[in-house]
Amino acid sequence: MQSIPDIIRTIPLTHYILLSSALFCIGVLGVLTRRNAIIVFMAIELMLNAVNLLLAAFSSYFSDPAGQIFVFFIMAVAAAEVAVGLAIIVMIYRNIQTIDIGLLNKLKN
Amino acid sequence: MSSVLLIPLLPFIGFLINGLAYPKLSKKIAGIIGTIPPLAAFALSIQLFLNFDGNAQIIPITDWIQVGELSIPLALQIDQLSIMMLLIITGVGTLIHVYSSAYMSHDNGFGKFFAFLNLFVFFMLILVLGSGFVTLFIGWEGVGLCSYLLIGFWNQKNSYGDAARKAFIMNRIGDLGFLIGIFLLFQEFGTASYQEVFESVKSGSGNNLGLIAFCLFIGAMGKSAQIPLFTWLPDAMAGPTPVSALIHAATMVTAGIYMVIRANALFELSPEVLHFVGWIGLVTALLGAAIGLFQNDIKKVLAYSTVSQLGYMFMGLGASAYTASFFHVMTHAFFKALLFLGAGSVIHAMSDEQDIRKMGGLKSKLPITYLTFLLGTIAIAGIPPFAGFFSKDEILAHLYHHNILMWSLAIIGSALTSFYMFRVFLVTFHGDFRGTDHQAAHLHESPIAITIPLIILAIFSVGGGLINLPAFVGGNEFLAHWLNPILPEGANESLEVHFASLEFLAPLAAAFLPAIFAFQVYGSKKSVPPADADIRGIQKIIYDKFYIDEAYDFIFVKPINFLSNFFHQFIDFLIIDLLVETVGKIVKSSSNELRKIQTGTIGFYVFMMVVSIAIILAWTLKSWMF
Repeated sequence: MQSIPDIIRTIPLTHYILLSSALFCIGVLGVLTRRNAIIVFMAIELMLNAVNLLLAAFSSYFSDPAGQIFVFFIMAVAAAEVAVGLAIIVMIYRNIQTIDIGLLNKLKN
Repeated sequence: MSSVLLIPLLPFIGFLINGLAYPKLSKKIAGIIGTIPPLAAFALSIQLFLNFDGNAQIIPITDWIQVGELSIPLALQIDQLSIMMLLIITGVGTLIHVYSSAYMSHDNGFGKFFAFLNLFVFFMLILVLGSGFVTLFIGWEGVGLCSYLLIGFWNQKNSYGDAARKAFIMNRIGDLGFLIGIFLLFQEFGTASYQEVFESVKSGSGNNLGLIAFCLFIGAMGKSAQIPLFTWLPDAMAGPTPVSALIHAATMVTAGIYMVIRANALFELSPEVLHFVGWIGLVTALLGAAIGLFQNDIKKVLAYSTVSQLGYMFMGLGASAYTASFFHVMTHAFFKALLFLGAGSVIHAMSDEQDIRKMGGLKSKLPITYLTFLLGTIAIAGIPPFAGFFSKDEILAHLYHHNILMWSLAIIGSALTSFYMFRVFLVTFHGDFRGTDHQAAHLHESPIAITIPLIILAIFSVGGGLINLPAFVGGNEFLAHWLNPILPEGANESLEVHFASLEFLAPLAAAFLPAIFAFQVYGSKKSVPPADADIRGIQKIIYDKFYIDEAYDFIFVKPINFLSNFFHQFIDFLIIDLLVETVGKIVKSSSNELRKIQTGTIGFYVFMMVVSIAIILAWTLKSWMF
């Protein structure tokens, strides 16, 4: 039976790089264009996971487990971050009855 | 040794107590606290005088400045000269403190006044006790400060404040010269202590001695009110009368003479500077005496007389007659303090009137003041056998052998002195009373605290000549022998004056004839000096002090004012302000524009962040990509 790194290596590394770049760009565009805080949040997660994917791919190709360990840590921290972020969004909603980030311009004054 | 330290320290303690606590102390206590320190210092000085063994003593206090090769110790020096000065300062000082306790008794700033007086005595003692030029300079500046504080003591009046500032600034000009002299001393000898400097000077080392002596003398010109820096002294009469007596007649203004006597080794080796000193003294003496002729403010007359007498002392120094000059410092301290205090007593009785034209006939009302003032007048006029006769004639005798032209001019000055002093005396005390009824009702002899110092000073003014009675009239020349160790060799050769010679008779004539003339004009005829508007011709020019103040105003003050205004309005406003404000305006307007970027919209911030990251990334990867 093939090990997971071997399976990963069945696809050329360039494909992984292209895929994660595409994912990352989608994430960036999402953050820049969307005004709904939840969707912005999801776009951020997308960027995060694009990086995770790249880390896993490189880790397999270079036979270095450090990359995969990073991925685990990032996922754990991201989970905590999501919890906090969602809580903030809930609080925003309670205060201004919307989650449109375009209306969050109170920093100016 | 500790007793020597106590001499300057006691007045300082008095200053601290009175200065810090005067709002809480009653006048009586403040007066006692103020008077005891100079009295105790006087007692200690007498003890020092009696126990002095003839050898100069240095009492180190601390190493003050230690930088590299430079070492300036703080130390006191006890020798013949400083002991004599100690006696004058603390002795006359004590009398004037006693006098002030009555004279200032109606003043609200009584305790403050005594604090300043004590501080003055402290600095004056430091000045004469210092063992080097730097220590002397501390006292020198300190007395200048106290003089400023006391001239402007009644600072509610603007003109008094102006007088105080004038004195301070005039002194600063002289002090600059003095300071440069000290710097040159350091450059030349690496030290400013008397003993080391004078030893090197005597052994023939050191260049620039003339320049150093000249710079030091500039300081003396400021402090001792010599031409051209004398105009502050008459204005200094704005201060309370005891201050005029203590600071501007008896002690501080003689600091310049003290300094020259102290540095005689230096001055002896620069004959051209000594020559200059003599002529400055002569011109000052004549000018002061001439202006004194027609002044009508009793204190102004005494002030110009002080300027003139200081001129005599410098004349004496110019002729290397150090003992005679110092003798005159002493006797002048007695009779001028007496005259000032007497004038104060008159002013007190006349309810603060100082114009002699509004006095007259005070003889019967103020008998003690009258008598003591008369004695002081005789003493300063140089009528034998009073103190002024011996001291002034000793200077004149030296001048006679030094430079006959100076001598004859000095005789003229002496005649002027005699005339204006008798004029003031007669107009004030003789004739008819010319004051208001209110003043007449108020006329009274001053209290005992005022008359006692007058009487003591009068005794010294009469008998002060005995201190240095010349040998040819049977004296033992005590002062000359006493000062001998610190003076150059041969400086004390006693002069024999023949009774029937011109040298002896001319000063006598100069003392008596003008006095008789003054008696004719102001005594028998009872003439009164004319009112301001009626003064004409040359008398007007003299009355207005030869317009020297106006000339200084025109030559120095106006151009400087003009220049300051020019710099203020043109350079400052148009150039500097423009530059500075433009920089400020640019920053302000650009930040005004830049702050518009801070929209507060999160989306925009995020966009800027991504763009910036992209740019940084592109920049970093640039070399790798191409």
